[in-house]
Amino acid sequence: MIVISKDSMGIIREQDVVPFRSRVKEYATKIGMSLVNQTKLITAASELVRNMLKYANGGIVTLEIISKNGISGVRLTFEDKGPGIKDIQLAMKDGFSTGRSLGLGLPGTKRLVNEFDIKSVPGEGTTVTITHWKNGR
Amino acid sequence: MKKATAQAVKKNKIQILENWMKFQLTDEGLRDDLMNNEELHAQSVLLLDALIRAMETGETLHASSREFDPIRDVLGEISVMRARRGYSPRETASFVLSLKQSLFDAIEKEYKKEPESLYKEIIAVNNILDALSIFTFEAFLKGREEIILRQTDEINEISTPVIRVWEGILALPIIGTLDSARTQIVMENLLQEIVATNSSIAILDISGVPAVDSLVAQHLIKTVSATRLMGAECIISGIRAEIAQTIVHLGIDLSNIKTKASLASALRVAFDMMNVEVKKVDRRSNILLK
Amino acid sequence: MDRIPILKMGPFLLVTIQVDLYDRLALNLENDLITMVSKTEARGVLIDISAVSIVDSFMGRILGNIASMSRIMDAETVVVGMQPAVAITLVELGLTLQGVYTALDVEKGMELLQKKIGLNLLNNEEEEADEDDRNL
Repeated sequence: MIVISKDSMGIIREQDVVPFRSRVKEYATKIGMSLVNQTKLITAASELVRNMLKYANGGIVTLEIISKNGISGVRLTFEDKGPGIKDIQLAMKDGFSTGRSLGLGLPGTKRLVNEFDIKSVPGEGTTVTITHWKNGR
Repeated sequence: MKKATAQAVKKNKIQILENWMKFQLTDEGLRDDLMNNEELHAQSVLLLDALIRAMETGETLHASSREFDPIRDVLGEISVMRARRGYSPRETASFVLSLKQSLFDAIEKEYKKEPESLYKEIIAVNNILDALSIFTFEAFLKGREEIILRQTDEINEISTPVIRVWEGILALPIIGTLDSARTQIVMENLLQEIVATNSSIAILDISGVPAVDSLVAQHLIKTVSATRLMGAECIISGIRAEIAQTIVHLGIDLSNIKTKASLASALRVAFDMMNVEVKKVDRRSNILLK
Repeated sequence: MDRIPILKMGPFLLVTIQVDLYDRLALNLENDLITMVSKTEARGVLIDISAVSIVDSFMGRILGNIASMSRIMDAETVVVGMQPAVAITLVELGLTLQGVYTALDVEKGMELLQKKIGLNLLNNEEEEADEDDRNL
């Protein structure tokens, strides 16, 4: 796997969400992702950024265009220094939420993208990495 | 490689080409059914010219050097074209390999009195041609892979037609197994067609789906939900007895979805929803007049 | 502060969302719409999202809230013109907007609303007619 381009963006306020989404769209368009796959990726990114703002007062997102076996994709890494998640398995269950949201957050987001990885240390922060390939497979 | 070698090849180009053609035309792998001799000749000239040009450019030549890019382009095109026409890998690879003998003949003539140079030059040309034939092989396989990929996409497209059965009513017969990749295509086609035709009812006919397990059912439910989000209604038809049995045995809940045994009854429901009535008309009087 | 305009069309309210909604704007819309419903006693709310390319769970919740709140005030909500890509994404996300009516476009949405409240309107007219009779 190779990284073709890389950039990062700080998310501190709610107003950062819309520009961030356009940035993700820009990346997805650049590699020629289809509209449905673009929408899935951007929606997933939107969910994760909201989580970051809600639970950790923001964080940093790294945007990358990567290529594996000749297929390009977009990889996003969401890093925050929030309270972390105690029980990741529980957080990944449909219907679970500590906030007042619908509880679709993490499992719903996972279904939208090809690859989903989450690491969290309670008290230190959470890192979520998602990858979506050009053809959505 | 020595300059003299390139020059020798250039000087004897016509002879080399003639020998090479003779070799190709008498080879048992000749496919004059797939390509006529003029075309074969044109391809041979194209490759030989490109090779001579590359050989002329440098003394320290490798098949991977940049001077060989034009040859690789020519060979790539020829190989992909052969893959499309149904050549076998052997027949494609022998196109380049058969050039060896006629090239060696020309080089041998040039270095008759210098056996050491002859040996070195033959090895150098041999290496280049070997590398090129490997490249041909790769390009050929790539061409075949592209064909397979295109066909897979085509099959997916063809196997999910969206039919406009009435103004405002779409039907989508699904034939074969419904996996998640296929569901995506079905959903996308269906929703796009709903927008394009401004249809408010879609009938998903699953008579051609061999088996419905909980995963397939989940895909069906997703499709119905997406259709509803767009503001259209979705009816599932073609539920055979054994499918109804498995659905109940597996405990799949389809109670939120309109289901019908046959496409005909689904169509009747759709007509009903759109306040359309289909009636039999008595035309006997017309027939009698004729 | 940015606001999304709300149009009054007879007994209905029409909102056309043309921009990418950020949270504050969406919350404002929820507030404004509910205030308008109560002020105008609207019977139906049409929300046109045909220009919206992303609906995430937050935005989905706002739509659901508007529908539930309007219903308490006796107004039905129809979301119209959802893009295919958005619908597919919402289903994958697990959000099916329960309790929200949907329609293909504003015209069809209007028809649906009329059908939904049509029965009530008929009843009202009859009552009014009765009253007229009495007045005579």
